[in-house]
Amino acid sequence: MSDHIVPVRVYWSVFITLLVMTVVTTSIAYIDLGPFNLLVAMTIAVFKATLVVLFFMHIKYSTNLTKAIVISGFVFLLVMVFFTMCDLLTRNITAPGR
Amino acid sequence: MITTAPVEVEAPKNYINAEYGLKSWLLTQDHKRIAVLYLISITFFFLIGGIFATLIRLELATPAADLVESNTYNKLFTMHGIIMIFLFLVPSIPATLGNFLIPLMIGAKDLAFPRINLLSWYIYILGGIMTLYVMVTGGVDTGWTFYTPLSSTYSNGYVIATACAIFVAGFSSILTGLNFVVTIHRMRAPGMTWFRLPLFVWAHYATSLLQILGTPVLAVTLLLLGLERGLHIGIFDPALGGDPVLFQHLFWFYSHPAVYIMILPAMGVISEVISTFCRRAPMGYTFIAFSSVAIAVFGFLVWGHHLFVSSQSVYAGMVFSVLSYLVAIPSAIKVFNWTATMYKGSVLLSTPMLYALGFIGLFTIGGLTGLFLAAMGMDVHLTDTYFVVAHFHYIMVGGAILGYLAGLHFWWPKITGRMYSEAWSRISAVIVFVGFNLTFFPQFVLGYLGMPRRYHVYPPEFQIYNVLSSAGASVLGIGLLLPFVYLAFSLKYGALAGSNPWGATGLEWQTDSPPTTENFAITPVVTAEAYDYAAGQGAKTVVVA
Repeated sequence: MSDHIVPVRVYWSVFITLLVMTVVTTSIAYIDLGPFNLLVAMTIAVFKATLVVLFFMHIKYSTNLTKAIVISGFVFLLVMVFFTMCDLLTRNITAPGR
Repeated sequence: MITTAPVEVEAPKNYINAEYGLKSWLLTQDHKRIAVLYLISITFFFLIGGIFATLIRLELATPAADLVESNTYNKLFTMHGIIMIFLFLVPSIPATLGNFLIPLMIGAKDLAFPRINLLSWYIYILGGIMTLYVMVTGGVDTGWTFYTPLSSTYSNGYVIATACAIFVAGFSSILTGLNFVVTIHRMRAPGMTWFRLPLFVWAHYATSLLQILGTPVLAVTLLLLGLERGLHIGIFDPALGGDPVLFQHLFWFYSHPAVYIMILPAMGVISEVISTFCRRAPMGYTFIAFSSVAIAVFGFLVWGHHLFVSSQSVYAGMVFSVLSYLVAIPSAIKVFNWTATMYKGSVLLSTPMLYALGFIGLFTIGGLTGLFLAAMGMDVHLTDTYFVVAHFHYIMVGGAILGYLAGLHFWWPKITGRMYSEAWSRISAVIVFVGFNLTFFPQFVLGYLGMPRRYHVYPPEFQIYNVLSSAGASVLGIGLLLPFVYLAFSLKYGALAGSNPWGATGLEWQTDSPPTTENFAITPVVTAEAYDYAAGQGAKTVVVA
């Protein structure tokens, strides 16, 4: 546990940013961006999650070991997405000569 | 004449007699008492799961549907799988032996978060009660794998209730893993460096990483399943824009590493047992320690071998096949190191060692048949046959349960302070080994000949193998029930164990049996390497103020 004391205004700033980004997410859902729909939605979601992890979960002020543990969680998420996409993106490719 | 009042000799205080009453157990924060609570709970669920297994084997003794109808049979094997995997095998060694021993082995007074440790038990019990609720109100028939679209669309069972039960029980597993990781990082006694840790602790460290990283994925998967089944949100159903294979990806991303959650702690037990009963340090300590971590890491990269016939891309299948072969390397490192430890060692065939020898043989067969299934061509023939059933029972029963029994017998004197009957326990170990092989080896043949799993009606030519298997199950059942008798008997009538009945190294053997609530009267300072049998004693301790 970090001993760092975070000023209350930081928490309020993060909270308000999260609220604003939620409004942005909802608003953008009404606009058809074609192939960018998913990209934009995911970018906003990742940004919000990063704020929560860094400030509300105090990771910004934690030791490197704690940071490494948190990052490893995301690495494993990427592993899951990567191998699942390996399947999805190559499913319809047939072998040469068939 | 002078008379004196009889002097009452008070039994030395330990974690068992430190406090009395139900409340003192249900509100305890002592890792040892929580381990005992877990021991009682998982034993209860093991018996329930065993009853389902008995009914399955009784039904399969004849080719016709004599005992139960199809729907009931589907529920029997589903409940057997769910209870045995989520409520017995996953928590078995970590929550009981790991909980009891990790603080003792590293020279700590307790786990890092004692309250969270107790919370994990209550969460486990809540998950267990929810499962029992499903069981008595109608059950679920999807198989423990919950494959869509059966589970999301067609099943009439209590899918969402069961998913909730597993969702809840999963948090117990996450909290246990979290507690272990923090404890091993932060609470080692002075001098207990990473490479002086017992291999049991290394195995639990690797297991904890799997529990923390994998279990949330299962929780999310079951949540998505519930959303689709309850609210018709399209995630897995193609008609709603979903992908049914996605469910299998997500499910096996947890459930394949879950196999290692079950087997890695057993491997930790086996390393301790073999070292103790061969009177020497394990051959290649560092290799065994890192192979645990390697299994944990590789274990996350192989899940696609469960999907070879699911319309998964052939190219992804090739990658998963190669990666699956790679897991064999750290597994083989362990097996070779254990056998090399025994070579020219002073092997003592006590009960834990008998179980350990059984483990090595059965795990090897289970592992090698896994390579058959990792080969894409072979797997097309063997998928969903009894070959698969035999394979994973060799890993989970022959491996994990034999490892659990080895550990339970090895540390029983430490946990209870009493010795059990060596003769009966050896007989039991042999019966378990014979019964196990008679139960599951014929299933390899059945599967190879083409009998599919999860069917209770089958062609008459398969009956001989099914009869052999059912006969073996009754032998196995006797072998597994015997420890209930002689271990319970030992609680009252067993000889006092003393602090170190096996002459083992390791800090847990240098404190009383049963240990006091604080584990050690003084904080131990470790000055020797682990398994220092050459020096005639284990990790040395010196007094600190």
